[in-house]
Amino acid sequence: MAHIVATQWPLLLTGLWHTILCSVIALFFSLIIGSLFAIFEIMPNRVMRIIGHVYVEIFRNIPLLVITMFFFVVIPLYVTKINGFTAGTIGLTIYTSAFIAETVRSGIQSVESGQMEGALSNGLTFWQSMRFIILPQAFKIVIPPLGNQFINLVKNSSVLAFVAGFDLMYQGNMIANNTLQTMPSYFIVAVLYLVITMPLSYYMRHLEKKLA
Amino acid sequence: MSMIEFHDVQKYYGDFHALKDINLTVEAGETVVLIGPSGSGKSTLIRTINGLEPIQDGKLIVNGYDLADKKTDPNKIRKNVGMVFQHFNLYANKTVLENIMLAPKVVLKRDDDENRDFAMKLLDQVGLASKADSYPRQLSGGQQQRIAIARSLAMRPKCLLFDEPTSALDPEMIDDVLNVMKDIARDSDMTMLVVTHEMGFAREVGDRVIFMADGQILEDDSKETFFDGQPSNERARQFLSKIIVHK
Repeated sequence: MAHIVATQWPLLLTGLWHTILCSVIALFFSLIIGSLFAIFEIMPNRVMRIIGHVYVEIFRNIPLLVITMFFFVVIPLYVTKINGFTAGTIGLTIYTSAFIAETVRSGIQSVESGQMEGALSNGLTFWQSMRFIILPQAFKIVIPPLGNQFINLVKNSSVLAFVAGFDLMYQGNMIANNTLQTMPSYFIVAVLYLVITMPLSYYMRHLEKKLA
Repeated sequence: MSMIEFHDVQKYYGDFHALKDINLTVEAGETVVLIGPSGSGKSTLIRTINGLEPIQDGKLIVNGYDLADKKTDPNKIRKNVGMVFQHFNLYANKTVLENIMLAPKVVLKRDDDENRDFAMKLLDQVGLASKADSYPRQLSGGQQQRIAIARSLAMRPKCLLFDEPTSALDPEMIDDVLNVMKDIARDSDMTMLVVTHEMGFAREVGDRVIFMADGQILEDDSKETFFDGQPSNERARQFLSKIIVHK
């Protein structure tokens, strides 16, 4: 195992870097897109609610791999050239944002309805009320399930391996093929995933305690 | 111009006819007290005035805007019409001072120093300047309600709506809140609509008393007629006798 690490570390580092990069980008955008669709789902306007529901129901009920393949195969065919890393990151963002939307929506709905009425009566618009009053309280409530989504996101980034996205899983496959030492190769990959997810997990727990 | 005008307003919750043929005019500066049994539509009526409840038919003109018109943005009305709720609805994630300063800051873009000075003045007025940095959950119901009133006043509204402001309070806290409300009624030219069972308040500072039952306005009297004369409506007389006996 030490031998693999010693000889293959450039590949492993590249993999680690791509996995982290993809995760950070997807986390950032899925949080924004997810929150936006969560708000759509609870807006007074019926058309917006329908848009929110349709988005969530479509993208959380299609396998991540299918969404990713769609971007990897279909987009280059009709729109523009797109590499595996980009296709995978977009797929992961859209897929995760549907779950985050559901999580954030449940958070928004668990904020007492009087908070919104108080803010509206005070002269704030719907979006101002969301931004200053409802969302800060909603996020506090959904930190634990949101943490789950973030961890899932990091693990799901292994979908990049299917579209040549140079992530950890992809490099793991390469190393296993090159060295023919399958077990140790994947063991190292597993450990490197833990290196990303464990601190994330502890950070979310810390955040939960801090804000409680 | 009248502050509030209801013309044949109808309000439904599904099949339930919550407000029936409401006709009511409130002049600027008036203090109007709404009473009636629970489920009579008083709270619904007051909540239509700032657009928290949509109406299905009729005309409802508040501060010059017609709320029945789908194109009217209720936000235009809410900037000038404050509301105080039974359960206070203070922002749980903000301190007392932030509660009061938020709307003037983001809605009226009031200058920061002026905003803070005015907020502290209002806190002083309701006797809670020492609580500026507390969070709502750290305060008693009576204190929260006085801060909710201060939060509404910070917008310098033309009209204030009170939806059972003392119903959720312990008896010994009620007077603190009522005194603040009486001060406003006496010292300002604000229009006030108050849903309450506090007849002492109605007697002292009310101009008119409106009695509602089953979604209808059954009595609309001057304070003198209502308390010292006799309401012409039988149900209003019964209701009044029960409240007076309890006092």
